[in-house]
Amino acid sequence: MLKSFYSGSLELLASRIDRLPRPSLWLGHRRIATLGGAEVQGNPQGKLLGEIMNRKGKLFRLASVATLGASSLIAVSAAGSSSALAAGTPIKIGISLSLSGDFSADGIAFQQGYQLWAKDINASGGLLGHPVSLDIVSDASDPTQVTANYQKLISQDKVALTFGPYSSLLSLPAAQTVSRYGYALVEGAGGAPSVFAAKLKNLFDVSLPVANALQPFAKWIASLPKSQRPKTASYVTSNDPFTQPQIPVAQKIMKKGGIKTVYSSVFPAETTDYTPIADKVAQANAQVVVLGSVDVPTVAAFMKAFAQMHYNPKVFIASAGPDQGTQFTSAVTVKAANGMLVPSSWYGASANPLSKTMVAHFIALHGGTASQISADVAEAYSVGETIAAAVKATGGFDNAKIIKYLHSGVTIKTVQGNVKFNKLGENFSMTAYTFQWQGSNFVQVNPVKDPNSVKIVYPKPSW
Amino acid sequence: MSFTNLVHAVIDGILTGSVYALMATGLTLIFGVMDIINVAQGVFVILGSYLSYALSVHFGIDPFVGLLITVPTMFLVGIVVERAFIARLKGPEKTAMSILVTYAVSLVIEGVLNMVFTTNPVQINNASYINSSVHLFGMWLPYIYIFGFLLAGGFLGSIYFMLYRTRFGASVRASLADQTAAALVGIDVKKVSTICFGIGIAVTAAGGMIYGATNAFNASSSYDLISRLLTIIVLGGMGSLAGALVAGISMIILEDIVAVAWSPVWSNITFFILLVIVLSFRPQGLFGKQSARVA
Repeated sequence: MLKSFYSGSLELLASRIDRLPRPSLWLGHRRIATLGGAEVQGNPQGKLLGEIMNRKGKLFRLASVATLGASSLIAVSAAGSSSALAAGTPIKIGISLSLSGDFSADGIAFQQGYQLWAKDINASGGLLGHPVSLDIVSDASDPTQVTANYQKLISQDKVALTFGPYSSLLSLPAAQTVSRYGYALVEGAGGAPSVFAAKLKNLFDVSLPVANALQPFAKWIASLPKSQRPKTASYVTSNDPFTQPQIPVAQKIMKKGGIKTVYSSVFPAETTDYTPIADKVAQANAQVVVLGSVDVPTVAAFMKAFAQMHYNPKVFIASAGPDQGTQFTSAVTVKAANGMLVPSSWYGASANPLSKTMVAHFIALHGGTASQISADVAEAYSVGETIAAAVKATGGFDNAKIIKYLHSGVTIKTVQGNVKFNKLGENFSMTAYTFQWQGSNFVQVNPVKDPNSVKIVYPKPSW
Repeated sequence: MSFTNLVHAVIDGILTGSVYALMATGLTLIFGVMDIINVAQGVFVILGSYLSYALSVHFGIDPFVGLLITVPTMFLVGIVVERAFIARLKGPEKTAMSILVTYAVSLVIEGVLNMVFTTNPVQINNASYINSSVHLFGMWLPYIYIFGFLLAGGFLGSIYFMLYRTRFGASVRASLADQTAAALVGIDVKKVSTICFGIGIAVTAAGGMIYGATNAFNASSSYDLISRLLTIIVLGGMGSLAGALVAGISMIILEDIVAVAWSPVWSNITFFILLVIVLSFRPQGLFGKQSARVA
């Protein structure tokens, strides 16, 4: 019945659209509307256009109501119907990823993570007996394209579930879009406070909320014996929603520990020439540099400029970039990477049995070593594990039930560790760690008392 | 801000800006002669970066020596692209259509680069001078920026010599001024256009090599580049070689000074405010000709 009502609405809408003016007049209307009513009345064409505008006003209202109704029906129908799939029918999962543009390196790593999870889950019989099929479309790292992609994935491709894109910048518009259709959006790289500030009920981030990511590092620095503790620090960050909130948290703790801020600055995310900023940091000559970066090229640019300026801080931590495995070392060389620190919640040598299995499967598929695997892979894989647990527990693909289940306070085990969501969809059960490149190995160094942590290399070796 | 910081920012701006000016010169030459807005220029720069990277990593060829291979290669790439896609554009919509066509070309090249080199960022690193610097007047100046400046100067000087001291240059300048009149006096405008497109792309090999030695890059780095290059030629005046040089250097100097003296957040904004002011008084840009914009 729903389907027939929906198709009837569409026919009605189509018949109304047929009666609309020709495209050239639409263009004329837009121009005149911009210039004001006087021009409409000033010539005969204007009168005609004025009439059309009135007609169109009514038609637009009708069309809007019909579209809204139709959208809601699609949402109800699509979000609810997939639980009644025939046995063995593939289950489609829609994902928008940055396969080109600024986030392409991370987007590709995320794709590897999602694909690896799909391969593993299919090898173990799929989701409730349905083989998983990933419907991945590229968003070119563009928030507008993300919105269009999820609309297409849900309304045209009729995917049963949606996984998140890469970055906080894209996760928010993605979650807003899929929430209109009643879908859950489980994602692994959208942990910025601004994402959760939207208070969406359908959004779940399986990774560590980013605001506190630098806390263990800052606490370690502040707790060093006075004779070893650095005296000065520089803070420089991109104005990206992922990284900027991390810096004040670390700065506050370190300031409390008596570490003086000698330079603090924010640069636009679209910066391409980092030389003057890096020069300024180098001239400040702080013993600690805390860099709020979102990608490898940014960290690489600062590292290169520091080396050229013969500036070697005792401690250099970047909020993202060094956790990207071989992506990082191929850009900066293993020698330069030595001693670089990064906060994260996962690394290739993690003792977590689920992680060990995933790492083994990844290496079997792509080669390389555990240290070379990007943290993005684990973040994406965790998304799959979380949704798999929700599907299994709810016994179907009903998004409303999945959302309810994920909000129920349940703990889900993933390759990154435990996942447990608060009412905002933040994973508040995950621990923040600090990792360091030591030679060609990427190792956990913080929290210091954690049995899996190794001794931190301090001060950082020279470039 | 100390006086040393200011001087450092100005010197950084001159050294870096000259390389951007070189990349933009190719873009403005192509527009001046052919009325083609080549939005693929950014990805051609990255292609040049990757060629230098591949030669240095796989064959151990010094990036500067490698230019003997990459510059002619990029020239040939330019000729092929011009013959295959650009030469087919005709009529009053030619300029507008060129944006779509060159955008399509850039997407194809980006896709191919992603397939061949993956999206992992890389950097041209295996030459000792790339990470070294010289201490002059109380400041460290990286050799790669100094060499980049000299290289850009050499290329720009060569282009100037070609334009003003050779017979072919006279044909180019005649085509720049008026294509119909140039054809009437016997200049093969099609041939001039093809060669100019080749030269415009060839300079990206040099710009790309310096870019790749100073930044970690992947194919998507082209988006940041093209927006900068277009801004430079709009400020300098579309079709003006001198404009590209002056605008390229002044843009980076201004951004660097603002970043050092005030805040990096304001460096781009300040530049665009200046751009709006300049265009309010000179819509054709600093060195552009009004007629060129009307055409």
